[in-house]
Amino acid sequence: MSMFERKPLAALLGALALSAALSACHSQPVRNGQPLGLGTPVDAAQLAAWDIDIDADGRGLPPGSGTVAAGQRIYETRCIACHGAGGQNGIADRLAGGQGSLATKAPVRTVGSFWPYATTLFDYVRRAMPFDSPQSLTPDEVYAVSAYLLHLNGLLPADGRLDAASLPRVVMPNRDGFKVDDRPDVVGTRCLKDCTPGS
Amino acid sequence: MPPYLPPPGLDAGADLVADKSAKPPGRRRFLQGGAALAGGAAAATLAGSARAAGEVLPVPAWTRSQGRPVANPYGQPSGFEGRVIRRVREGAQPPFPTAASSLTPLADIFGTITPNGLVFERHHAGIPDIDPEQHRLVIHGLVERPLSFSLNDLLRFPAVSRVHFLECAGNSGSEWRPARKLTVQSLHGLLSCCEWTGVSLGTLLQEVGVAPEAKWLLAEGADAAAMTRSVPLDKALDDALIVYAQNGEMLRPEQGYPLRLLLPGWEGNISVKWLRRLKLGTAPWQSRQETSKYTDLLPDGTSRQFSFVLDVKSVITGPSGGQTLKSRGRQQITGLAWSGHGRIRRVDVSIDGGRNWEEAVLQTPVLDRALTRFSLPWLWDGGPAVLQSRAVDSHGNVQPTRSQLIAARGTESAYHYNGIQSWQVLPSGEVHNVHV
Repeated sequence: MSMFERKPLAALLGALALSAALSACHSQPVRNGQPLGLGTPVDAAQLAAWDIDIDADGRGLPPGSGTVAAGQRIYETRCIACHGAGGQNGIADRLAGGQGSLATKAPVRTVGSFWPYATTLFDYVRRAMPFDSPQSLTPDEVYAVSAYLLHLNGLLPADGRLDAASLPRVVMPNRDGFKVDDRPDVVGTRCLKDCTPGS
Repeated sequence: MPPYLPPPGLDAGADLVADKSAKPPGRRRFLQGGAALAGGAAAATLAGSARAAGEVLPVPAWTRSQGRPVANPYGQPSGFEGRVIRRVREGAQPPFPTAASSLTPLADIFGTITPNGLVFERHHAGIPDIDPEQHRLVIHGLVERPLSFSLNDLLRFPAVSRVHFLECAGNSGSEWRPARKLTVQSLHGLLSCCEWTGVSLGTLLQEVGVAPEAKWLLAEGADAAAMTRSVPLDKALDDALIVYAQNGEMLRPEQGYPLRLLLPGWEGNISVKWLRRLKLGTAPWQSRQETSKYTDLLPDGTSRQFSFVLDVKSVITGPSGGQTLKSRGRQQITGLAWSGHGRIRRVDVSIDGGRNWEEAVLQTPVLDRALTRFSLPWLWDGGPAVLQSRAVDSHGNVQPTRSQLIAARGTESAYHYNGIQSWQVLPSGEVHNVHV
């Protein structure tokens, strides 16, 4: 028999209450489901340099604009070394052409043939390009490069211009070419003896 | 008990597999393999005795003098293990070394945990050297209280440690093409498994208070790609971790030091490294990494998107491509199996290219969405063989053949290859990747 079992219940409860009161003076156990109060509040102004994402509706696009012609000048200075003239035949991803090739034996995935949203172009160029100096382009320059790349793919005329209103309205040829994961599309079988060999 | 030493001149392998019955040879050899497993000590001695015969054991120099002193600041593998390293895929020198991958040497690691220095790498803009004092994780967007967390803040939350595999969605992607004679490292080495330690993302989301209309969140890295992926909120609340440590030490820089996201069972790309920001919203952002890349092009020209889960898969790591069996007789077939859906339930092995299969032994414990080691003894008679493994997971998913995958998806989907791997063993003992 332990000493605790011999104590009257009231005394035990009293002791528990006392220990709870004592612990409240020094530290408190954390209850599950309660916020811990860690972390520091942060506001939009503090976050401005990080909060650069553009969503598929164009929310987040900054003020500014850029033309195809201006984009070509930037491209031929900052992009052409990796992506090649006209967005083809570079060592980096091909950016233009390939429309109509996706259902063939030799699909060519480019901005024009594959990308479903023009907003993605702005978002990606702004955050990750040029490769040797990411996040160095101004909003106007990013609009311009985006305009030039869309022009190379026949999606914007030579005198075209992009801004926050017009960019999300560009209809990409492969906009409806994606479907949400519908697997399982392949079902394996567990044969053990005298199976049809295959790999 | 069988004798521990064979009579002089006995070719152990040839003797044990000399069976002229009408049963298919593959099946017969498996039965013998099972017997060898039961009498493991005898079989191992038989196989090893040929090399040991006549060998006089000297007292080597390292037994006659003191070794190196203590206080080796950070331990390194034996100098004799220098070949066990990450490598880029054979024959593929990437044009941009900071937008590239290196592969885990799967044939030369043991058990189920990948040593930190061998965990595969995939970077899109190099490995940043992040000062943990300056690093912050911000959670904002559709939340009640946008918050910024320092690493020290995160270390004050309850720590969670879990063992999970990590696999790049593009792992094994060269297998969509005609077979190349590559090693298992080159073919399947975008695969590792660690004990990850961090904070449950659900705990942090509770801290900021998720708005009822939030359905997705954007995860963003602090590297020069500022890489972003959209994550369904359900997954974030279910089992996502904000990780700061792997295998008992802080994350390696190439694994996201000081913070990364880990989404168990999902394609590696979405477990964003160098994590700096989570923004809650109502719909996916359609970032470049979830549209232009990591989507699976099908023969009809449409593409599967948000194909997050990695399907059931296995590969024999030994014997495997580029290795040579040095003698007939007992071999130990071993490999790794995993599934993004749950636990591995069983692994079957074939030595005759898929005609007959035998269930392998699984190393325990078998963990949820973790690499599982399997093994099966095999008595090689010196003839040609084709080794395959086929995993089944706890949801009953069976690893498909390459032919089944291609019949459904063509050869251009690039990602999510999980077909059965075939290793051809030639009479010379050489092992090659083949498609049978």
